[in-house]
Amino acid sequence: MNMTSLIFGKLNWSVLPQSPIAWGGAIFMVCAGLLILFGITYYRRWEWLWREWITSLDPKRIGIMYITVAGVMLVRGGVDAILMRMQQATSVGSSSGIVSASHFQQIFSAHGTIMIFFVAMGFLFGFVNLVVPLQIGSRDVAFPFLNSVSFWLFCAGAALVNFSLLIGDFSMAGWLAYPPLSELAYSPTAGVDYWLWSLQISGLGSLLSGVNFITTIVKMRAKGMTWMRLPMFSWTVLGSMSLVVFAFPILTVTLALLAFDRTLGMHFFTADGGGNMMMYVNLIWAWGHPEVYILILPAFGIFSEVVPVFSGKKLAGYTSMVVSVWAIVFLSFFVWLHHFFTMGAGADVNTFFGIMTAVIAVPTGVKIFNWLFTMYRGRIRFELPMLWFMGFVVLFTLGGVAGVVMAEPPADYQLHNSLFLVAHFHTMIVSGVLFGFFAGIWYWFPKFFGFKLDKRYGTAAFWCWLIGFILAFGPLYILGLMGATRRLDHYSANLGWQPFFIIAGIGVAVIVLGFIFQVANLVHSVRVRRHNKVGNDPWDGRTLEWSVASPPPEYNFASLPIVHARDAWWASAKGGSASGRHNEEISLPKNSGKGAIIGALVFLMGFGIVWHIWWLAALGLLGAVITVIARTFEEDTERVIHL
Amino acid sequence: MSDTVLTHDEKVTDSTVVLGFWIYLMTDFILFAGLFATFLVLRTNTVQGPTLNANLSFALVETILLLTSSFLAGMALLAARANSVRSLMTWLVLAGALGAAFIGMEISEFTRLVASGNGPTRSGFLSSYFTLVGTHGLHVTIGLLWLIALIISIAMRGLTRANMRKLVLWSLFWHFLDIVWIFIFTIVYLMGAV
Repeated sequence: MNMTSLIFGKLNWSVLPQSPIAWGGAIFMVCAGLLILFGITYYRRWEWLWREWITSLDPKRIGIMYITVAGVMLVRGGVDAILMRMQQATSVGSSSGIVSASHFQQIFSAHGTIMIFFVAMGFLFGFVNLVVPLQIGSRDVAFPFLNSVSFWLFCAGAALVNFSLLIGDFSMAGWLAYPPLSELAYSPTAGVDYWLWSLQISGLGSLLSGVNFITTIVKMRAKGMTWMRLPMFSWTVLGSMSLVVFAFPILTVTLALLAFDRTLGMHFFTADGGGNMMMYVNLIWAWGHPEVYILILPAFGIFSEVVPVFSGKKLAGYTSMVVSVWAIVFLSFFVWLHHFFTMGAGADVNTFFGIMTAVIAVPTGVKIFNWLFTMYRGRIRFELPMLWFMGFVVLFTLGGVAGVVMAEPPADYQLHNSLFLVAHFHTMIVSGVLFGFFAGIWYWFPKFFGFKLDKRYGTAAFWCWLIGFILAFGPLYILGLMGATRRLDHYSANLGWQPFFIIAGIGVAVIVLGFIFQVANLVHSVRVRRHNKVGNDPWDGRTLEWSVASPPPEYNFASLPIVHARDAWWASAKGGSASGRHNEEISLPKNSGKGAIIGALVFLMGFGIVWHIWWLAALGLLGAVITVIARTFEEDTERVIHL
Repeated sequence: MSDTVLTHDEKVTDSTVVLGFWIYLMTDFILFAGLFATFLVLRTNTVQGPTLNANLSFALVETILLLTSSFLAGMALLAARANSVRSLMTWLVLAGALGAAFIGMEISEFTRLVASGNGPTRSGFLSSYFTLVGTHGLHVTIGLLWLIALIISIAMRGLTRANMRKLVLWSLFWHFLDIVWIFIFTIVYLMGAV
């Protein structure tokens, strides 16, 4: 080993982007990064950023940072989606489209990875941080410092994905990197390593968050908040976080083993040397199927908050809603094999998993009916969260039915890896998870910023997303039935598929328009915020977060609420429980920069491993371990606020 | 700080911290479950390489070292409850010494295998063997580092409430590694010997 490779590992000049579009992405990212750094310096905001945000252990601040990062990553994943649609609309017959086949493979791999791990998970943890402590009547989470570490590990993973734009390439093996394709023999570049380490690092953050929020909900509920008085969103978070702590260790193992194969030459999933690649597919889906319920349960929770509030009624069938959450949690570990019926596990195994898959649709159906029963005879206000809900309930039900179709193994043999499947899971994730999160952003935005978003822009955005979604994914169902498989970078002209792909492309353009309306809404609403001010309770809410000021003070509750009924704020006739003595002394955790430092060091470790720069990897790991130990030696981590 | 104000440490009562740590331990169990499953799938994939040829007496000595170390950790906790820092430190150092001896034996076994050309890259079986046993070994090593930090912390500040809590968590971790080892002894070594 010579000196250069000792210092730089596998890095050399050839890792820079190779095509104009790749250069475009890299330059855009570098420019955007420099612009942000310049802006912060120009407006002298570094100290403010460090003191108020980076070192903050306030879950509300951390939640806003999660949602900001997720929003930025949504742009990144969205650009990938636009490129895919442009490629598939144009790459037909003699034309080869706008990007090369290998670049296209990177784009769809990055799209899936980013949208699940850095958009959906980011929004999810953002909401959990913002809402759960307030809803359960707590001033903080159980482990505030750990929470900061989780967030910065999430950021380190996101940064690693984005670095692959400029330095090296990204995985070409799909969002779940099946071996043997993802093994070193067939993916010799650093792409899969970027994928592995960005997920490993952010996954560790998710796991720690799971531990943190289960403990928070179990131990830190307000006095009187018995389990059957817990707000529905917090119930779904508890279910989702339980899935996190059960499922994410499996992901950790799976990624580690693939990394051992690639980096240390072991034989877990290789085609030779006694590896078993089918074991990878089982392991990754034993995590992967619970993962989709990790994402959807909190979205269900948001709708369970939104529908009662905007229908002016209590949630119908609260108990059955709680039971159905736990039925989903339980059943979600018995369906993973439906992702690969075609692997050849045999008729008996396939039948079992097919039945289980159909069964898990039942608790989901219970939820749909309960929301509709809540609306029935309610005084429905057509505010934006309600519009998102109604868009969701139609599309999600249709997508769910498509899922039940694919739960039949014989049908799945036809539909497996077709665009029908792609359309199905996008219906679940976009019109399920994402619409839910949009409803949540609209609903809770006034609480955390003290002013409302603009309804006209919001309505325009909603209709663009809804119509754009139908245009973008309706054709994919049809294409799938016509035999189009996923991940095609080229197809023959006489198949007659191009018109459908063009319609899908138009659909994405309409979605982009919807996104532009959302950004414009944010800019506009911030500018006119003095006219849109709201009080504690702009929506006539039911749960405790509406009992405190908007935005809430950092300690959430001046005196801790005492809960006497379900829908505590509503039941207290909007007074009583939340007000109280104002002469308390409240202790809160002091700020700490160590979370961000750990994130940065772990990022260096990940980058070092990806490029085999071993001194850097060792430095990052050692630094992170030392920082953790230093934190455990800290005393006096509290400060007291006198009210 | 007035006497009436509870610090955050006290508010987030020790039971909350212990619950959080238990949940973390459960996630670690699942991590090991994944590795056990991998081992069981790959254990026959030896690719003309060696089978384990388990040296049962060697593994038995390792087991005795680790279990005794766990027992000593229990003695340390009793000493701490009796507020006897001196005997607490003695028990901790002894527990750590046995843990280090365990790690030493494991390293010697790994080196012997690698030196004879049967490292983790030799076959799927050996990959899974090294990873399963090695992950446990890594946990024990982390436990030893944690123990050193704990001993330093107790030497610096005495048996404060925070140190007491750390001691409880560490001993939970140490016992947890015993349980995992029992499974390794059974599934890897005993099943490998029959």
